[in-house]
Amino acid sequence: MTDDAQDLLFDLTLTDEQRMNRESMQRFAAAEIRTLAQTVDGGSSPAQDFYPKTAELGLTLLPISEALGGAGVDRSPTSNALIFEDLAHGDMALALGSVVPMAFVNTVLDQGSDAQREKYLPLFCTGEFKAATTALLEPRATFEPTEPGTTATTTGDSYSLSGTKSMVPLGIDADLVLVIAKLDNGDPAAFIVEGTPEGMSRTPEDNMGLLGAQLTTLTFENVQLPASALLGGGNFDLQRFIDLSRLGICALAVGTCQAVLDYVIPYCNERVAFGEPITNRQSVAFMIADIAIELEAMRLMTWRAASRAEQGLDFHEHAYLAKVFCSKHSMKIGTDGVQLLGGHGFCREHPVELWYRNLRAIATLEGVASV
Amino acid sequence: MINLELAKKHQETFDQVMLLAEHMMRPYSRKYDKEEHTYPKEMEEAAKLIGGGRSSMSGGAKKDLPEGTVVNGGNMGAVVGLFGLCWGDVGLFLAMPGSGLGNAAISAVGTPEQVKKYGDSYAAMCITEPGTGSDSANISTTAVADGDEWVLNGEKIYVTDGDRCDTLVVWATLDKSLGKAAIKSFIVEKGTPGCEVTRLEHKLGIRASDTAAISFNDCRIPKANVLGSSEIATDAEGRKKAFGGVMQTFDNTRPPVAAMAIGTARAALDMCQDLLKEEGVELRFDKKPSNLSSLEAQLYEMEAEWQGARLLVLKAAWMADNKTPNSMEASMCKAKGGRVGNDVTLRCVALCQSLGYSENYLLEKFARDSKILDIFEGTQQIQQLIVARRVLEKSSSELK
Repeated sequence: MTDDAQDLLFDLTLTDEQRMNRESMQRFAAAEIRTLAQTVDGGSSPAQDFYPKTAELGLTLLPISEALGGAGVDRSPTSNALIFEDLAHGDMALALGSVVPMAFVNTVLDQGSDAQREKYLPLFCTGEFKAATTALLEPRATFEPTEPGTTATTTGDSYSLSGTKSMVPLGIDADLVLVIAKLDNGDPAAFIVEGTPEGMSRTPEDNMGLLGAQLTTLTFENVQLPASALLGGGNFDLQRFIDLSRLGICALAVGTCQAVLDYVIPYCNERVAFGEPITNRQSVAFMIADIAIELEAMRLMTWRAASRAEQGLDFHEHAYLAKVFCSKHSMKIGTDGVQLLGGHGFCREHPVELWYRNLRAIATLEGVASV
Repeated sequence: MINLELAKKHQETFDQVMLLAEHMMRPYSRKYDKEEHTYPKEMEEAAKLIGGGRSSMSGGAKKDLPEGTVVNGGNMGAVVGLFGLCWGDVGLFLAMPGSGLGNAAISAVGTPEQVKKYGDSYAAMCITEPGTGSDSANISTTAVADGDEWVLNGEKIYVTDGDRCDTLVVWATLDKSLGKAAIKSFIVEKGTPGCEVTRLEHKLGIRASDTAAISFNDCRIPKANVLGSSEIATDAEGRKKAFGGVMQTFDNTRPPVAAMAIGTARAALDMCQDLLKEEGVELRFDKKPSNLSSLEAQLYEMEAEWQGARLLVLKAAWMADNKTPNSMEASMCKAKGGRVGNDVTLRCVALCQSLGYSENYLLEKFARDSKILDIFEGTQQIQQLIVARRVLEKSSSELK
């Protein structure tokens, strides 16, 4: 890092590009995501029909170099965090599905070999939506993301992949899956799995929330992969992948919690009980004040970790603590959102119960949505 | 460009202040906690060093900058300095000349003459009265114009450094029937006839700092010693604005008090983490949160809460430096800083068990000291009220 970076001032001003980008993301989130969130969650409109629309955002096109057919716009982790935040304001599940191909692209850009970049990245520059995803979590209590149980054993020139991955977004449709596994020597590695090779199966999951993200369990039984599938030739920095993912998840939490705040304010201001708006009472008003306070702290912690990543500073501890903070407070904000609407909050007519169910996942998600 | 790291100059300030805190404050922490009301003379030297640092920092800041230039200035410098000083000892800090809120009020709203005459004095703030706390618009101390003088009458309590200071900033009403528009603040030099310290409080914490009750009996001060205009606004808009001006002082002083809470909480966290490290419990940032023991999970959670609170303080200070209205953010950081300070310091006592409770360590003192930081400059609940009114766009008559 240059000395200049060390002389930066504390600053919360967005760049012009970030500001413009936010506007278009927020517009899209309001017009295309929020309007669909509850029907997708209820199963009456398929999420598959939504994702192609995200192509207009250029999420995967922008960061890829012009030589490979992309726009070559350098997207910093901070800019990406803002995108996640804004999309999640529409809906966390659909935002997660929208950004996970970008997580695939960013990881290949960050840790892939030249050959892998040349082979895969042009597929994301066609102007069409391309379903791709990353698979880290495994269905096991006490699972540690840094210690994957999925194994990749060397058999001559190829690898044999075995294990189970859970909560994989877009897991049904993704043509490209980045699977995190452990090599013979115990080192973590990532493999690019194309299509559905023999021995791989995809099972849609039934979860309490995030239904629009099409979370899937992927099972691998001695799936044969060529050596070229090994990301970056084997020097995979799993911790960095996890840390960037945590930032993304925190940003999704911030956007969703902002949606809660923006929803409860007008609702509670209009809701009359005992002859006056319920927000004239401190017990209600203080709950809303606390949502605003903790949400702002969530945002600043996320931004701080992201800006450290952007500057090339160590950000592991910051991402970790942001995740601790966002997990705790987003769950509280989710439940308070329901509480503030009372019985109405419990009914699916209002989106707060959906946000509550989605926010429950923040503490669980680890390896998706890499910024 | 978004960056939440301290500017180099402020990081250097912090590092220097931490050295001072460790070597010139900590050695006296327990002594003056025990010897309540004894003046901690040793702090004068520290105060001199800080004062020198303060003027050299503010010296260069008054340049005309092109519009849109980001400033990291005096407000940021103040909170960063307080992180360090109150890591040292918040009670001793409050006992230092020049640390009082009176100084903040004089520099915020004083005329150039007033700033010149009183800006560097040891100024304390007199607001609270026996019958009036958070509802400061309800004060009863009166100021009556008489010739070239104001005549003050009333009783003030909870005046931090009220005994040791040289100057008092006193809130008084020109006419109580006219409500808050008639409340003005006045500069009173100690020793003025009719102004008398009547009592020193015995307190839970910050015992190094004196907390005085002061009475005013026909206390006469020069006409020029009113801070701001002495006109009473006649219309509703003007009245609101007049008291708003007085209250704005708090927008400047709330982030610093939140910063005191951050410093005190950090002191407890550092000590707690050191003690637990000896038992093999330490922050490693490796296992994910759901796989930690309860003890470890609490350590990470406290660390995260502390970091979040600290960033809210920095944001409020940054806004002040950049002339962005920050009333809501000032209250946000005070609310969060206050409660995190209380929670963290008390949990550190609990986690260290008998060592936490013992006076052989400072953990129990940090917990006691931190309590006031969620009370003065507006309690937790007052901050929540201010934030709620802003967020919900409610007036004070709607949301009481």
